[in-house]
Amino acid sequence: MPHDHEPDHAHNAHAHAHVHGHAREEQPPLLDIDGLTLELPATARPLLSDVSLRVRMGEVVGLVGESGSGKSTTAKAALGMLPEGGVTTGAVRVEGTDALALRGEKLRAHRARTVAMVHQDPRAALNPVRRVGDFLTERLALAGVTDRRAARARAVELLDTVGLPDPARRVRQHPHELSGGMLQRVVIAGALAAEPRLLLADEATSALDVTTQAEILDLLRTLRAERETGMLFITHDLHLAAAYCDRVVVMYAGRVAEHQSARALFAAPRHPYTRGLLDCSPALGEEDAVIRPIPGRPPSLADSFPGCPFAARCPEAEPECETWTPVATPLEPDAVSGDEGGPGEEGGEASCRRLPESAPGPASASGSAPASVPVPGSASGAVSGAVSGSASGSASVTVPAEGSTR
Amino acid sequence: MFRRLFRRVAGLVATLVAASFVIFAAVYAAPGDPAVFLAGGRDKLTPEKLAAVREQYHLDEPLVVQYGRWLWDCAHGDLGRSFKYTDQVADLVTSRLPTTLALVGYATLLFVVLGVGAGIVAAVRRGWADQAVVGGTTLAASVPNFVAAIGLVSLFGVRLGWFPVTGAGNGFAGTVHHLTLPALSMALGALAIISRVTRQSMLDAAASDHVEAARASGVPEREVIRRHVLRNALGPIITMCGLVTAGMLAGTVVIETAFGLSGVGSLLVNAINTHDFPVAQAVLLLMVTGYIVVTNLVDLVHPLLDPRVRAERSTA
Repeated sequence: MPHDHEPDHAHNAHAHAHVHGHAREEQPPLLDIDGLTLELPATARPLLSDVSLRVRMGEVVGLVGESGSGKSTTAKAALGMLPEGGVTTGAVRVEGTDALALRGEKLRAHRARTVAMVHQDPRAALNPVRRVGDFLTERLALAGVTDRRAARARAVELLDTVGLPDPARRVRQHPHELSGGMLQRVVIAGALAAEPRLLLADEATSALDVTTQAEILDLLRTLRAERETGMLFITHDLHLAAAYCDRVVVMYAGRVAEHQSARALFAAPRHPYTRGLLDCSPALGEEDAVIRPIPGRPPSLADSFPGCPFAARCPEAEPECETWTPVATPLEPDAVSGDEGGPGEEGGEASCRRLPESAPGPASASGSAPASVPVPGSASGAVSGAVSGSASGSASVTVPAEGSTR
Repeated sequence: MFRRLFRRVAGLVATLVAASFVIFAAVYAAPGDPAVFLAGGRDKLTPEKLAAVREQYHLDEPLVVQYGRWLWDCAHGDLGRSFKYTDQVADLVTSRLPTTLALVGYATLLFVVLGVGAGIVAAVRRGWADQAVVGGTTLAASVPNFVAAIGLVSLFGVRLGWFPVTGAGNGFAGTVHHLTLPALSMALGALAIISRVTRQSMLDAAASDHVEAARASGVPEREVIRRHVLRNALGPIITMCGLVTAGMLAGTVVIETAFGLSGVGSLLVNAINTHDFPVAQAVLLLMVTGYIVVTNLVDLVHPLLDPRVRAERSTA
């Protein structure tokens, strides 16, 4: 069982003198996905295999991976949305409620009030023939604001909250009259209409230009701070995730490859895939940085694996990897928390057969970028700096730059 | 705004003029000499009499001159006199028009309600309901409407005696009662088209991301279908309904004959059979006008349904 080691981590967090972090451990997690496996009859491998992740109140958890790694499928499971014909084992609990068992009116209420999703492409997520105000009042009606006049007023208020200029005019406009960044704010306003406990941001900023991206990220962070909303932040940009999130879960081929606190992941990635992802994008300030794409292509649903799914593309693979069924291995916390003062995180896990010997950091065989990039001060500090200085560029670029110039 | 309106009206007029020439020329080219009919048949026909008739009705002039004369009169609201009845063509047509309009209106109502309804059921329920709708409407469409008319008459008119089988009836209730069977036999063929267009258009609309986003936000299924799927699918549905209705305006002949209704369609058939040029031309022109008007109305409705079309037009 992947979570057998849980008590140890609670203890370790305490030992690192993090009262705040410890207090969080007391509450049941907002989102608790436990060993979720999702199989479709027509595919060679499961869409998701033994995926476990947790999001606590007020916490941002990054979910990173290539296209088709199961990020969105995992997030949608929290909404009780599964592909047609999907068979699941494991559990998805939102505030203790089994989301996959919900049906009918309860499922609707769950989607309308407890969990909200911000979709990747705001232009596609809005009905093009309806007005922005109609979209918001529809969501508000689900949250219990049924009076038309009150809903209108609240819609304007929401647009104001998300920083859309001239909100009173916007509610009467159609989506095609607004820019992508404005629409993303509208979609976020719609997600906030119900004041959800958990926000699923599915590539919420990927389609936006960098300055807009930074503004949206800043907005989400403010909202999270104000409402203690938990957030699952899905992105394919590992640098962004490491800078923006408290913890990061890296997925590959429907499995969790690695899961660590953002700082630890960025400083000492333990799974070869994570290292590969970090090597894919050069960081600013590394003049001699070589872009090393991961060889091969992301696996499709037609590929099945007897062993580790990453073995075929892994630079460190050994023959045994082809037959080794991945198991989440807890990481020893000492190796992870190299410098004190980080947020009180659990130790993390990685699913690599070679884990015990593949040491993180400079000794790493791959000689990967993280070795040369010091840990950004703290995850939240780095991001607030990156985001508030938004005009200069995206958070994903700013953070490594900050680190390497130190 | 005025420019656009002007362009649209100018286009309409140009289409009408072109259509009117084709109609005039086609009737002119039809076999048989109307002067023979006008002179009272071949029996006592003398060349002098024939020439006199030709001159009286301007039939001796070249085609273009005749066309010009006719067009000039039409433009002044004078459709001429019937060769056969010697009545004003306009009076003949207006006396027949209400029956045809009622018939087409009724048939439209039937195929819109039943066709769109069946399409929605097929799109939403899928499975056996989908197959039943597709199968049923295909069967209905593959039966020619005069055969359907005979079947309906024998079942509902003769065997069950629910509906009268000829005549147009008086008053609203009477008209509805009399026109039910003819309207139904006209609508049957359209059901297949409309239900399929509705089904396909709704399936396309349902595949949009925003529909899934609405579902993911807990919008009730009924609202999702109504506000996000059907609402967005309306464009093709309305266009198709308009085209089918416009086509029906010109296609009432068979049904009017089958049910003994004296509408515009039967007027046209008689006019062609008796070489009654002015009547045939006027009716054909009316049908073309009706078609053009209906299709243009559909065009005008489109921007109301989709704000993106409106934006394109105003920037164009």
